[in-house]
Amino acid sequence: MAAPRTMLDKLWDAHEILRREDGVSLLWVDRHLVHEGSHHAFAKIAARGLKVVRPDLTFAVVDHYAPTLDRTKIADPKIARMIGTLRDNAQAHRLRLFDLQDQDQGIVHVIGPEQGLTLPGLSINCGDSHTSTHGAFGALAFGIGATEVAHVLATQTVWQRKPRTMRITVNGTLGPGVTAKDIALNWIAALGTGGAQGHAVEYAGSAVRALSMEGRMTLCNLSIEGGARLGMIAPDETTFDYLKGRAFAPGKGWEKAVTAWSALVSDEGASFDREVVFNATEIAPTVTWGTSPEQALPVTAAIPDPARLDPEKAKAADAALEYMGLQPGRPLDGTPVDQVFIGSCTNGRIEDLRAAAAVLAGHRAKVPGLVSPGSAQVKAQAEQEGLDVVFKNAGLTWASSGCSMCVGMNGDQVAAGKRCASSTNRNFRGRQGPGARTHLMSPAMVAAAALTGTITDVRRFLGERAA
Amino acid sequence: MAGWTRHKGRAVFLGLDNIDTDQLIPARFMSTPRAQGYGQFLLHDLRNDADGAPDPDFPLNRRPDASVLVSGRNFGTGSSREAAVYALVDAGFRAVIAPSFGDIFAANAVNNGLLPAQVTDEAQAELAATLGTGTADISLDLETRTVAVGNLTVAFDLDESWRTKLVNGWDDIDLTNRHVDEISAFAANRAKSEPWAFPLTSE
Ligand code: SF4
Repeated sequence: MAAPRTMLDKLWDAHEILRREDGVSLLWVDRHLVHEGSHHAFAKIAARGLKVVRPDLTFAVVDHYAPTLDRTKIADPKIARMIGTLRDNAQAHRLRLFDLQDQDQGIVHVIGPEQGLTLPGLSINCGDSHTSTHGAFGALAFGIGATEVAHVLATQTVWQRKPRTMRITVNGTLGPGVTAKDIALNWIAALGTGGAQGHAVEYAGSAVRALSMEGRMTLCNLSIEGGARLGMIAPDETTFDYLKGRAFAPGKGWEKAVTAWSALVSDEGASFDREVVFNATEIAPTVTWGTSPEQALPVTAAIPDPARLDPEKAKAADAALEYMGLQPGRPLDGTPVDQVFIGSCTNGRIEDLRAAAAVLAGHRAKVPGLVSPGSAQVKAQAEQEGLDVVFKNAGLTWASSGCSMCVGMNGDQVAAGKRCASSTNRNFRGRQGPGARTHLMSPAMVAAAALTGTITDVRRFLGERAA
Repeated sequence: MAGWTRHKGRAVFLGLDNIDTDQLIPARFMSTPRAQGYGQFLLHDLRNDADGAPDPDFPLNRRPDASVLVSGRNFGTGSSREAAVYALVDAGFRAVIAPSFGDIFAANAVNNGLLPAQVTDEAQAELAATLGTGTADISLDLETRTVAVGNLTVAFDLDESWRTKLVNGWDDIDLTNRHVDEISAFAANRAKSEPWAFPLTSE
């Protein structure tokens, strides 16, 4: 009998065209997603007189620089140029472009799944680290740099050494108000931002199985913040239900596809290079206090005192607290925030907006904030459900979809010294704007922060409102 | 990209862990065409104060002639932006020495001739102690995978395939095109055995 294989083994074998003597594999790329930031790569192939070799497998989207407040005119010439360059490249290479006015536009990692471009068993690359998101469907999905993007454009392949395997199992049931975001921040805090370096992480366990596709995407999305090369979850009924009927999902061949996809599980007895187990019942709503995603704690905890940390972490904690303007020893809960942001490829999906709206419904926020749905479809769905009215009545700004305040490239920024409760994925210095102070948390937690104007345990509002 | 085997230059120490790509090059500079040079953006918001005035004490400002950076753990963590590597290369850097690197950053570095030399925590501490706040002559050898500063010689780790690539200055597209027949055969096969893997827009 053949040796038991992991899900990574199966996906890798299915895409490996050849393996060099030095152990590096040439992999076939089923889907290549490009955005405005891919301009360096298009310039590289243009310089060599090359064309995109598989325009039918390459999809372009305007997201990183997408204006979210007024799409009719783009005031900043740099932003207009970035979007214009993508349009020119999409046209020159005959690529399907999800442009600003397209009803299917959105953040690349939101629309891939939404369109059914993301499917189990596919290999998916994009010049963006959060490409790990697509692994939630049982795809081999990882981010690449511009040189590699140019390589995929020109050859539809990528050279890659197979990563080591790591399984993160989360057993048990998440408590009320605890989400996939909290599972992720919790494991990254426990293992560190280098905790999964060089590994492909497969998520397993009853708490992971119980997650919706939205939750699974959040979890896989954040894999990269723990240093992982990619994240993945074996496809199941939840996956198939989500995909059925999507624009680019198989139609006639559906049954056959589902049969093939159902085999994409790690075999009984397959061994992983590393195994880590967490208990879902022990996970609380989690918030970052520093400038690295590993600097995260349960909302019930106190801001750490660097003097009590091990010396290795103390220096970083000191610097982070200074940048964040926080006092060691004070409770995290109750820390005043200046504004909130709900959106991004981590937590900008319909379920995220529903969770935030459930907390906000019928109340006014104490601080201003921006809500940017992950895609135009999510926006339309939210409006159909009246969520936009909830946000607007709460005093928040309801915007169009794009990366927006996750990275600030489109001009949606947090001002220097301001503190933002944010549903995004990176709390790096200056990520949301020079000098901006970011606290990462789940969308429901962001909504709770909006209501009180401070970092707040969302569980206080449960029962009262959120189901 | 030209290959290289040995480099002699000046090294500077930047004693921070987790220098992420958002710090290596803040997002707002990334719409700049490469031809304008990305060196000016390297670690921009760490090197300069809020008004854009350079901090005279920042190691890279004190030592603008450095071509080798010794840094802390998890260097280049974060986004896939290759611009982070362009900023280092355009500022004259040939190597970064650190105990660990963000995976995508390291791959991007090699694709641009920049060496991500991984050393042990102990070796990094020794290099840091030797450099202090100054600079020192340093030599790097891809053949022996060693770094030498004064009397101190330490070994670094580097994936064999990356070493070959740095030494030869290979371009992947050229390499891959030698396999064009295998690629076409693979694609044809896949279309037959896994038709669902190809977008069926007509259905
Ligand atoms: S939403 Fe943020 S993390 Fe996601 S693709 Fe956009 S910039 Fe990157």
